[in-house]
Amino acid sequence: MRAIPRRLLPCTAVTAALTLVGGCGLGPSSVESATDAEERGPITFATSDTSGVVPTLIKRWNDRHPDEKATFIELPEDADQQRQMMIQNAQLKTDTYSVLNLDVVWTSEFASHRWIDQLPADSFPFKRTLGPINATAAYRGKWFAMPYASDGAMLYYRKDLLEKAGVESPPKTWDEMREICDKVLKGQKPSMSCYGGQFEKYEGLTVNFSEAVNSAGGEVTDAKGIPHLDTPEARRGMDHMVESLKDGTIPKSGITFMEEQGRRAFEKGDLLFYRNWPYQYAISDKKAKNNQVAGKFGVAPIPGEKGPGASSLGGHNLALSSSARNKATALDFMRFMTNEQSARLKLEKASLAPVFENLYDEPGYVKKFPYLPVLKKSILGAEPRPRVVQYGDATKAIQNEAYNALTGKKTAQAALRGLQRQLRALAP
Amino acid sequence: MSLTPWRRTSGPAARSQLHGEGRMAAFLVSPTLLVLGLVIAYPVLSAVYSSLFSVPDIDPKTGFIEKGDPFVGLDNFTSIFSGAGDRFWNAFWNTSFLTVTSVILETVIGFAMALIMHQGLRGRAWIRASILVPWAIPTAISALLWRWIFDSEGIANSVLNTKVLWTTEGFQAQVAVIIAEVWKTAPFVGILVLAGLQIISSEVYEAARVDGAGPVRRLWSITLPLVKPALLVAVLFRLLDALRMFDLPYILIGAGKQSVETLSMLAQDEASNVRFGPASAYSVVLFLYVFLIAFAFIKLLGADLLGARDQSARGTRGKGTGKRPRQGTGSGRNLQKEATA
Repeated sequence: MRAIPRRLLPCTAVTAALTLVGGCGLGPSSVESATDAEERGPITFATSDTSGVVPTLIKRWNDRHPDEKATFIELPEDADQQRQMMIQNAQLKTDTYSVLNLDVVWTSEFASHRWIDQLPADSFPFKRTLGPINATAAYRGKWFAMPYASDGAMLYYRKDLLEKAGVESPPKTWDEMREICDKVLKGQKPSMSCYGGQFEKYEGLTVNFSEAVNSAGGEVTDAKGIPHLDTPEARRGMDHMVESLKDGTIPKSGITFMEEQGRRAFEKGDLLFYRNWPYQYAISDKKAKNNQVAGKFGVAPIPGEKGPGASSLGGHNLALSSSARNKATALDFMRFMTNEQSARLKLEKASLAPVFENLYDEPGYVKKFPYLPVLKKSILGAEPRPRVVQYGDATKAIQNEAYNALTGKKTAQAALRGLQRQLRALAP
Repeated sequence: MSLTPWRRTSGPAARSQLHGEGRMAAFLVSPTLLVLGLVIAYPVLSAVYSSLFSVPDIDPKTGFIEKGDPFVGLDNFTSIFSGAGDRFWNAFWNTSFLTVTSVILETVIGFAMALIMHQGLRGRAWIRASILVPWAIPTAISALLWRWIFDSEGIANSVLNTKVLWTTEGFQAQVAVIIAEVWKTAPFVGILVLAGLQIISSEVYEAARVDGAGPVRRLWSITLPLVKPALLVAVLFRLLDALRMFDLPYILIGAGKQSVETLSMLAQDEASNVRFGPASAYSVVLFLYVFLIAFAFIKLLGADLLGARDQSARGTRGKGTGKRPRQGTGSGRNLQKEATA
């Protein structure tokens, strides 16, 4: 076994064209922890920005720090592409991106490869966030990121139809949901189904599968990354999904649902209950040609087996690229972007779910964003998705086996057994 | 190709002239060779080099990935033939199946399109333009369009009055990819064949008609043999292109679907999970596969290809000076190249 220097490989792996642009292996040497960072100067912030709030925040920062200006580098909307570009930046050890906006599931991978720096423990008020969020910013008990925005699942339901059928409150358990459906759907058009989520073979399936397992009291992987899918709880979670699709609780086309397909079905009046992220609230509440549900729906925490279910945790964290220059500035910038004042702006302008607990209780916000109390409950009860270094492989394994079970290619038991084996191989 | 006529000259004067001209030619093509070396030879060689390395492990104490990729020799290649190779073979058969079926359909439909475009109908320009539209649309965009068409609530289902879930795993996903692929690339075959058709002199057809050959006979005995060189080039290009199919299944069906995962998608997935060694190995295998197919295609049909070309040139132009047919084929090639570009 011969080892080649780490930085040689990316040089050979990318084409000559990239080498010319990227300046292979010429970046500054990396510091493993950002605690002693002193360099100050211009930096960059690599993120996608669908809401348009990032330029406003950056302008605020630049007005106050004329000598340490931040530049906004807009990445594509697609999460896989963002990850790829950030990895490329890390592999080439360039300082093109200083501060990275990471999806919560990427922390372990980026930290273990030393693409991002460990952060000083006092750099962020971790005590003030909604609890489960912090777990996504840590790797092996050390801080590697600052929580930037959160996200949790909610159950969208047709308030009007429930009221008409005399149902007083949205379901808390799976059984309750089925009962309500039996009651309500009788008087509805046949194309209407009970429940929808995201079951297409992509990240959304990992999210929904994890929610099913967690909501039945099981866990996909524990904090150390060890899978526990050979438990009766995991089995009941999986069975719930498979049965729901088989007996028509979930429509047949549900297997092709990503967030938007399901939202359209819900808005068309084809779904009574739909599990989605908070972003849908504003869209579905706006009157539009194909939207029949404006003003007619409500949100609730997602149901579970015996009580409220456990959402998968979404959201983003800010991390410091280990090949960046001016790390002291970058750290200050990260603190600025994640502080409470910025969180307010992100909520007001972009409806980004804040990470700080107190914002969820402010009457002004609750009035403007009626879903905030539900979202708070959802995030407080949420479980992070598997925290493993090879997240890309883990999520692909989950998607494959969950899909196999849903489409009947494998029995739930066989799929879980296969998944347990595959995830065990990825665990440390 | 452009140098071949020189071999025919003889005598010492010609030889020294050849020498000087050769040096000049080498000088003139050197920038091209340099660029080709940089953008083709270097990446290919570096992919071969990367394919000899594996992925570093995690240091259990620190939790960090160890530095440096371990050298594993040909392990990445041999593992293809062991138990871990299931995914590779699935991708290999998918690639081959999608290539063969879509290229056959493209050729047949493209040929038909060329015959239509070649007719002196009224509104011929319009027909040509409309047939070429799919080829002008970027694959990623057409994949998105077809994704809408094949949506569970999409046009395909409402036209066919079915409830097929096209984008789910299974044969229907392959059918969807083949339909979209053929829709997009049949016009390409059409253009190349059209170029071939236009070289055929109308005198030949007239002669055949005088001899009493019907339309079917004319198609089989005149059009097909004479258009064969252009058709073979078109099929070869399509084969090579289809073997590295990536964007259509990736966008139309989805990244993780086993039923349409091609070798390119497999390599991309490995690379995106920071396993450059295995990714390079798959790419090298794909490269060799494509190379082999191209080589076999030219070897089996290629001699024929050149022969048919000379014959067809002589047949249509009568006896030339020996140089003329070559110029003719040369310009035919250029035409095809322009069409490809």
